[in-house]
Amino acid sequence: MTWVGHSQRRLEDPPLLSGVARFAADIEFSGQLHMRVVRSPMASGRIQALEISAAQDVPEVYAVWTSEDVVDIPPIGLRMTHLPELEQYRQPVLAHEFVRYVGEPVAVVFAEDAYTAEDGAGVVFADIDPGEPVLDVRRSGTFAPGVGNEAAVLHKETGDISAAFDAADHLVELELSVGRHSGVPMETRGALAWHDRSTGVLHMYGAAKVPHYNRAAIASMLGLHLNQVQLHEGHVGGGFGIRGELYPEDVLVCAAALRLGRPVRWIEDRREHLIAANHSRDQVHQVRAAVRSDGFILGIDDEFWLDQGAYVRTHGATVPDLTAAMLPGPYLVPAYRVVGHVVLTNKTPAGTYRSPGRFEGTFVRERLVDAVAHRLDLDPIAVRRTNLIPTEAMPFDRDVDALGTHVIYDSGDYTSLMDQTLQTIPPERLRSEAAALCSDEEVVGIGAAFFVEKSGLGPYDGVRVTVDESGGVEVVTGAASVGQGVETVVAQVCADALGVRPEAVRVVHGQTDRISHGMGAFASRVTAMTGSATHYAALAVRDKALSVAAEMLEAAIEDLVVENGTIGVRGSPGGPSVSLAEAAIAMSPVVRGGDGPAGLTAEEWFRSDRMSYPYGFHLAAVAVDPETGGCRVVKYVVAYDVGRAVNPQLVDGQLVGAAAQGIGGTLLEEFVYDDFGQPLASTFMDYLMPTAAEVPDVETLIFEEAPSPLNPLGVKGAGEGGLTASGAAIAAAIDDAIGSPLAVRRLPVTPNRLHDLIRALGDTT
Amino acid sequence: MTTHEVKLDINGSEHVVAVESRKTLADVIREDCSLTGTNVGCEHGVCGACTILLDGEPVRSCLLFAVQCEGMEVRTVEGLATADGLHPLQQAFSEHHALQCGFCTPGFLMLAVGALERDHDMSDDDVREVVTSNLCRCTGYQNITRAVMAAREVMP
Ligand code: FES
Ligand code: FES
Repeated sequence: MTWVGHSQRRLEDPPLLSGVARFAADIEFSGQLHMRVVRSPMASGRIQALEISAAQDVPEVYAVWTSEDVVDIPPIGLRMTHLPELEQYRQPVLAHEFVRYVGEPVAVVFAEDAYTAEDGAGVVFADIDPGEPVLDVRRSGTFAPGVGNEAAVLHKETGDISAAFDAADHLVELELSVGRHSGVPMETRGALAWHDRSTGVLHMYGAAKVPHYNRAAIASMLGLHLNQVQLHEGHVGGGFGIRGELYPEDVLVCAAALRLGRPVRWIEDRREHLIAANHSRDQVHQVRAAVRSDGFILGIDDEFWLDQGAYVRTHGATVPDLTAAMLPGPYLVPAYRVVGHVVLTNKTPAGTYRSPGRFEGTFVRERLVDAVAHRLDLDPIAVRRTNLIPTEAMPFDRDVDALGTHVIYDSGDYTSLMDQTLQTIPPERLRSEAAALCSDEEVVGIGAAFFVEKSGLGPYDGVRVTVDESGGVEVVTGAASVGQGVETVVAQVCADALGVRPEAVRVVHGQTDRISHGMGAFASRVTAMTGSATHYAALAVRDKALSVAAEMLEAAIEDLVVENGTIGVRGSPGGPSVSLAEAAIAMSPVVRGGDGPAGLTAEEWFRSDRMSYPYGFHLAAVAVDPETGGCRVVKYVVAYDVGRAVNPQLVDGQLVGAAAQGIGGTLLEEFVYDDFGQPLASTFMDYLMPTAAEVPDVETLIFEEAPSPLNPLGVKGAGEGGLTASGAAIAAAIDDAIGSPLAVRRLPVTPNRLHDLIRALGDTT
Repeated sequence: MTTHEVKLDINGSEHVVAVESRKTLADVIREDCSLTGTNVGCEHGVCGACTILLDGEPVRSCLLFAVQCEGMEVRTVEGLATADGLHPLQQAFSEHHALQCGFCTPGFLMLAVGALERDHDMSDDDVREVVTSNLCRCTGYQNITRAVMAAREVMP
């Protein structure tokens, strides 16, 4: 049987179900110190003094550090989308001279236990001369004396935009905004560093997402060689973009372990997480479309402002770059121009969150398409059909770059996916099913949105597959797992190529001491990149095994098959055979002799300089209570083409989970600040995550019509498409429910905002 | 630092620990009793990752001090599987893909075991209601609800 395409039960599950998993907070070393971060209580100001003596006097407090103790450590660098002008906005590991957001680390306390460390931190007094916080992206301010708060302006353009507007029959214009929310995984961040003085190696646990990159960054910041720093990924309680990036706390535990000579552990609490880990989204767009009278969009001209928060973190300009490059999405749009302003404010710094830039851009573009339909009095689906890139135009060159790669949509039949979805779930059926789930007070609406995602970011991934002399199969990869099922998917791919069962494969990821390079887990890249490398490495191991087995069995290689770990002659079951273990023994240096490479092992590197582009369509049905402004999503449909689904059950799980996050970001979740820059959402009581009560049954339609030509498996990433169009689809559904086209121009649509919209309607009618 | 002696019965084993009165039950279970299966996601009683059974009732162990639980019976995720294998609910979670990162899983398992032991014949609506008690960021809940419903049919 083939394992790819099979809903294999997850290999990850047993330890997670039985409570023996090792998350960051589950690891400890004897003699460890606990670190607690003292955070700025003010959004903006100059540090006059930090009084730490009271903390030093707390019994069992071991040390207290301020920026003076870490002057030699440079600010945290940019991992991605590096623009030189962003350098000066990097975050120091402890605030120096200025504080720029509530939650910024200003000091750290090390103590014998976590409670005592918190006692110590509680009596550090930060004397700060308050400044005037900048909280609006369209207000100019200063980052530092002589340095303004507009960090960068991005510009992408293709086609003749002025000609498009000159030729237009209609102009459609909108201002749209997406609020500030983020990934908020259930496990908070954590890091534990230990300097093994017997070997001189610094180990850090609690790494995730990009361990190899972070190893290099930490080594360089602390003046160590790469071979003196090893990062280890354990179980990871959700990633979603924010976890695993290099943060000040990671560097501080490493520096402290080196300098204090004891293991140092830091576990974030939830309040810290909500004010200190990366926020995301938070964009305002002013967008115009040049439209022909048949609804064809000749050009889009967009200017947007991204609220980056107080510093530019590891993602550099990733989010605005993707927003700009992916804005036209699935439509032809022969001319477009985007200008994106990256603006610093006195809020928590921002980075990526699942579907970065595309959630925002899809909201903007799909609202714009709805506006075109409304203006021309056309059916919104018909307008989409008029503009969708036809399958004959694939591969489609968008003529812009994203993340340093040229944007070429690799494959797709957009119209077919939309039509099939509408046939399977006709809108009127969706409406009547939704109506059946509503109370008498509620009104129903439905909405739809189309989108293109991106996945499989290169440039490389390497995998080593080894069969040991006991027959154990191990795949070592530099990819990471943030809980999405990487081990199972990689094991399935390996199983097919090698001829074993997935359960026989052990997958090692996120360990810098097991493989020299690794790109990690982000941008829905692992299945495509790591999966492909696994495929080739496992095939190479299989070839080696077959050549020794051919000698042992005195048979021709072409006549051999590998099944369930046993090599035999095709068509003679029960005949002579060689197990993979026996092949490995035959290749061991002891048995084999000679000079060639020993062992049944192979390493392969898969390279790709292009991304693949999955695509999909969302349908939402909502119930709105006009009295209260309450809105419930009562039905949700995600149709998504992933090229090829390695494990359909896991793809479904990714899509449903992402849709729930989309519903959260569209209706509930928002990091609100008051006029002084104080965060008002710093607990789960005021940062509202969707519970099962807010998430309806999500129906998924997984398409495999457009395999990617860019990798041997044909796969595209499945991680983000459940989220991408949720803001747009739900917004359209709300408009429909309240009978007011384009009413929703701002996310999240909280009950008070929706109530205001409905009241304004009442005033105008 | 003044400590108090507390005796807890956890999964059938007696643990006697000396802890500060301010130490939460969650921290004592994890640190003093070395049972790290119970996770802590918010420490303010909303997420439910820390749910355990206390004298048979699902409770948030981050909202209790260990000293309040003297002599009480605690059940955690580590106590679900037996020598014969995983508990039916654990099996149902795996079968229905009700976990991704698995951080919320121990809390959901204890929540649902507590609810199902109290009422074997919970209606589908009751199951849905129970599942709303805890937060999961990965799954979108529907597979968790399905798993609990499936386990309801086979639980002893
Ligand atoms: S940790 Fe106890 S409810 Fe969240
Ligand atoms: S499985 Fe990750 S939080 Fe529930």
